[in-house]
Amino acid sequence: MITVKDLTKKYARTTAVDHISFSVDKGQIVGFLGPNGAGKTTTMRMLTCFFPPSAGTATVAGFDVFEQPLEVRRRIGYLPEAPPLYLEMETVEYLRFVGRLKGLSGAELEKRVDYVADRCAVADVKKKLMGKLSKGYRQRVGLAQAIIHNPDVLILDEPTAGLDPKQINETRDLISSLAGDHTIILSTHILPEVEQTCQQVIIINKGRLVATDSVANLQARARGAESMLLEVAARNGELPAALVQERLTAINGVSKVVVKEEFGRGAVLEVEASKGQLVRGDLARAVVEAGWDLNELRPSAMSLEEIFLQLTGSDAAAAAAEPVPSSGEPPSPPTDMAAPEANA
Amino acid sequence: MRSAWIICRRELNSYFSSPIAWLLLTMYSLIFGFFFWNYLANFIVEGLQMQMMGQMQPMNVNEQIIRPLLANTSFLSLFFIPMITMRLFAEEKRSGTIELLATSPIRDIEIIIGKWLAATILYCWLLIFAGINFAFVFRYGHPDWKPMLVGYLGLLLQGAALLAVGTFISTLTKNQIIAAVGTFGACLMLWVFSWVSSYDSSSWAQVLSYMSVITHFESFGRGVLELKDAIYYLSVIFLGLFFTARSMESLRWRS
Repeated sequence: MITVKDLTKKYARTTAVDHISFSVDKGQIVGFLGPNGAGKTTTMRMLTCFFPPSAGTATVAGFDVFEQPLEVRRRIGYLPEAPPLYLEMETVEYLRFVGRLKGLSGAELEKRVDYVADRCAVADVKKKLMGKLSKGYRQRVGLAQAIIHNPDVLILDEPTAGLDPKQINETRDLISSLAGDHTIILSTHILPEVEQTCQQVIIINKGRLVATDSVANLQARARGAESMLLEVAARNGELPAALVQERLTAINGVSKVVVKEEFGRGAVLEVEASKGQLVRGDLARAVVEAGWDLNELRPSAMSLEEIFLQLTGSDAAAAAAEPVPSSGEPPSPPTDMAAPEANA
Repeated sequence: MRSAWIICRRELNSYFSSPIAWLLLTMYSLIFGFFFWNYLANFIVEGLQMQMMGQMQPMNVNEQIIRPLLANTSFLSLFFIPMITMRLFAEEKRSGTIELLATSPIRDIEIIIGKWLAATILYCWLLIFAGINFAFVFRYGHPDWKPMLVGYLGLLLQGAALLAVGTFISTLTKNQIIAAVGTFGACLMLWVFSWVSSYDSSSWAQVLSYMSVITHFESFGRGVLELKDAIYYLSVIFLGLFFTARSMESLRWRS
């Protein structure tokens, strides 16, 4: 449905998007992931023919964004980062206006307006001026205008930014329910969103493509070897972590043991097994045989957050962790990838 | 052109659903009414004086009321045109709605013509409201309506030309105030260019004077429809909209 090849966008001094290539199949939801300023919006704007690429090609539903922009735009519904609402208009007036712009008219237009208003749960504010709507409603009106002409492709730029947790969930559900009819690309810097709604992830950083794969594959790929988290403690008295570490390292198949936390009576350790080795049983036995307590033993599956940090490098992680005040972006909600409990 | 009409209708809706259009109409009608009242009073006083002195010089409603009124109206428009055009693109750029228009399946030129047309239609309403005053002249006198109509056509053409200039300037900025000040400056310059012809007759002065909107309004004001003047206004409209299209294109490449 969407094919992007060596897409590049250069500004006067900087290269915002640098030779990105990927493709998206029909009916998929694809998460477009990257820290702020990675080039997500720029890529989306090229796909929606807001501006042409500096180099490379992109086709949407078989039409080239540079050669046939009008055909592409007919097949795309686009929700920019800030919903493009005319605040002095009523919701229903606005939806009619956008519908007409996209080529609808007459009875069909009215039918689609009613349909998208129901679908996006904005039917109860149809007669309200949009300037009086709450942020959540505005976002949903923005989504309603994007799907009004039943486009093949939906491009959503940070559709959940600035919403409260309840609204985020509602918006996510809405987006998930739209899949199937539409091919969806949604950009975000909120990782759980991708894990929950998307089948495929495209990670970009500093304008470059870092990874593109299915969510499951990415997790598997980044995990590589099995890694376990253990909490070991002594019945009585002190237990130096180094002692435990030594004991565990000696087990056949264990490649690395890292002390995560030390608390006198015991320690939390991360054990990495060599690829293909199952060492859980051995670990448990070794601990018990030494006369210690095994308080916890669980696989430390890598969340997308860790994969993301691993792939985009630590400096990107640091940049993403601090909302940059000058960027004008809303401060990150608590579900952001900056959340420190990556292992929780 | 269906899309241009869609844009135009939304634009008009937004003028008339906010206080902008109503305020402009009120102010324009008030000021024009004041002009009208003054010329009418002068006309009446002059007529009375002549009767008392026993002279019977011909009095002409067209020459003494309508013509100077039209000239004043053309000047009045200078102040109102920036207020009509300043929001056209600047507002869309500031609120981000330009992204909706620019990613809809319509051509840039349709957006531009739609917006300019809406501005011109609002300007027509200003002229129509002002024109209500002339109903009194027709009720109590017998002016010649043809030169008046030509004069009105001149006002419309001059307005449409300056509105095209304003539309262009509105694409250059996100800030409505800057757009308004820029447009006002441009309109005023196009107005006063004609001054140079009063002291200088070299060729550059002639060119400068020819570029002035007021030079070309003169014949319309007299009730004479001159082709070259009509073509001047049409070419300013074309040029203004052409530059707007180029500006929008550069917006796409730069932004």
